[in-house]
Amino acid sequence: MSSVTLHTGKNCAFLTNTRIAEKVPNKGKQTITYKNPPHIQGRMSVVGAKEGRGPLGKYFHKVLDDDKMGEKTFENAEIKMLTAAIDGAVNDSGLKTKDIDLIISGDLLNQVTTSNYVAREYHVPYLGVYSACSTMTEALNLASTFISAGHFENVLCSTASHFATAERTYRYPLEYGCQRPPYAQWTVTGAGCTVLSASGNGPKITMGTVGRVIDFGTTDLNNMGAAMAPAAMDTMVALFRETGAKPSDFDLIITGDLGKLGSDILRDLMMEQGYNLGQRYIDCGNMIFDVTQKCYQGGSGAACSATVFNSFVLDKVLDGTYGTVAYFATGALMNTQSCYQGETIPCISHAVVIER
Amino acid sequence: MDESKRNQRYEDYVASVTPKTGTWRSLWHSFWIGGLTCVIAQGIGDIYYALFPNLGKDLIVSFTSMTIITLAILFTGLGFFDVIARKGGAGSFLPITGFANAMASASMEFKTEGLIMGTSVKMFTVVGPVVVNGIVWSAVAAIINLLITGGL
Amino acid sequence: MNPVLENIITYLIVFAVGGVICAIAQLLIIKTKLTPARILVIFLLVGVFLEGIGVYKPLNDLFQAGISVPIIGFGASLTRGAIEYGKQIGLLGTLGGGLIRNALGIGTAVIASYLVTLIFSPKSK
Repeated sequence: MSSVTLHTGKNCAFLTNTRIAEKVPNKGKQTITYKNPPHIQGRMSVVGAKEGRGPLGKYFHKVLDDDKMGEKTFENAEIKMLTAAIDGAVNDSGLKTKDIDLIISGDLLNQVTTSNYVAREYHVPYLGVYSACSTMTEALNLASTFISAGHFENVLCSTASHFATAERTYRYPLEYGCQRPPYAQWTVTGAGCTVLSASGNGPKITMGTVGRVIDFGTTDLNNMGAAMAPAAMDTMVALFRETGAKPSDFDLIITGDLGKLGSDILRDLMMEQGYNLGQRYIDCGNMIFDVTQKCYQGGSGAACSATVFNSFVLDKVLDGTYGTVAYFATGALMNTQSCYQGETIPCISHAVVIER
Repeated sequence: MDESKRNQRYEDYVASVTPKTGTWRSLWHSFWIGGLTCVIAQGIGDIYYALFPNLGKDLIVSFTSMTIITLAILFTGLGFFDVIARKGGAGSFLPITGFANAMASASMEFKTEGLIMGTSVKMFTVVGPVVVNGIVWSAVAAIINLLITGGL
Repeated sequence: MNPVLENIITYLIVFAVGGVICAIAQLLIIKTKLTPARILVIFLLVGVFLEGIGVYKPLNDLFQAGISVPIIGFGASLTRGAIEYGKQIGLLGTLGGGLIRNALGIGTAVIASYLVTLIFSPKSK
């Protein structure tokens, strides 16, 4: 590994002359401060067996022993997993399904089918959203906006991803013998769900930053961390600039699924922008698998940050370890055709700020 | 600063921090796995030749490749071909066994869409390039060869 | 020469040649941005070319399975078939000759894949 010289910001001289704020004048405000911050009242994370064996295994609420869950197809297993997460979160919030006013959900499959089929069973107003692996924060931002404006009382946000279905959608057949490069990532099998309410005493979502689509011209489909790091940087810088905050104002800064390589690149990029992320910055993809599990740079996928956020991070917020948490999920917005047509990979990152 | 310059610099930077595959290690793995596959095929061919000495060389070669193709497909079905392949890299996809694995894996993968619309439609998704290019360019090569040698 | 020794030498040659061909492909993967599909096609075309200029047969006699098991052998075999049938029935023979010669292998691959599909399902890793 050639990552010894990282985290200093000195070895990435590609933005030397111009600071990003001058280069792209910030016309609109990206950061929203919620007037009536919603409370996180219920949460649930369901993960597959491999994730359960990882370092965070003991934090997850439910670990599957069979990634197919006894279903005929992996797609059905993903639906069942998301249903389990939603039911668990509703249960955890002490509400009934009929009290839920809106479901905002997304996943990685074409036309977000998993979420659509799950929503079919609930007879509740539903918004299907997609921004790849940053779907969870997009859903949280939308839900917070609805609640803060007083349109809805209880809103449910959920995402799911499954290794087997994502492989088929984006890469090769499961049994196809292909060698992954050492900078590849591994899609997390899991589902995460958060219930937001206008009232209650759970942690509050006080701010949200809506990301812009950022494309630094990377084309390597395997190197998602490098593609998404600039998007995370852009949203992070927007949040810090617009609120006047520093990284040290947060007890914890988490990114979604940049992986080991991507989070190292992000440290460099932020250092160059004048922000030292330091010890308080962690990456969900980097944490969810350990080195012995042969997952290269770590986890990816919509469920990667959603499961870690709903288990480990909120556990630590609730027990008082962390007071203020900034949560940036990052997503790559390509599909397989666009890459074969020679397009580069556009990426996005949305953020929410959670306070105890 | 214009965007392409920024992208170029970012690309260079990413290339400098991205971990590389250990060259000698992966070359060694593909060397011995590829070599071993060839030796196994040679062995099967020799056994067939000893058992049926009057079959003719072409038929022996055909039977040998049929045997290793079947074995590779069986390994794929049992789910451990990709374990070998992750180590072997080119050593496992370049021999004809890799061709068989690509076909069987695609065919199994799309079983859930049904045997007609799934398996039958998608069987050649991965090996398509090999079959198509093989047929087209072998015909072109043969025509050129025959025009030059006067075989037509 | 001792036939046992001769066999051992043959097998060593097969191992070395097959291994080196695969290692070259692996080197292409590491050093260039070519995808496995493109590399397969490149090696296939190498086989087509070698057979087209008529040097594949002596190489095959020398290296045996070492060169015929990698995809090079498939390309060469397709071309061999196309040339042979072209000689027999003229221009039209070249269009199907390759497939006729390799029909046993391709047929086995299709049928075995189909049978395996009926029995097994892919597993999540």
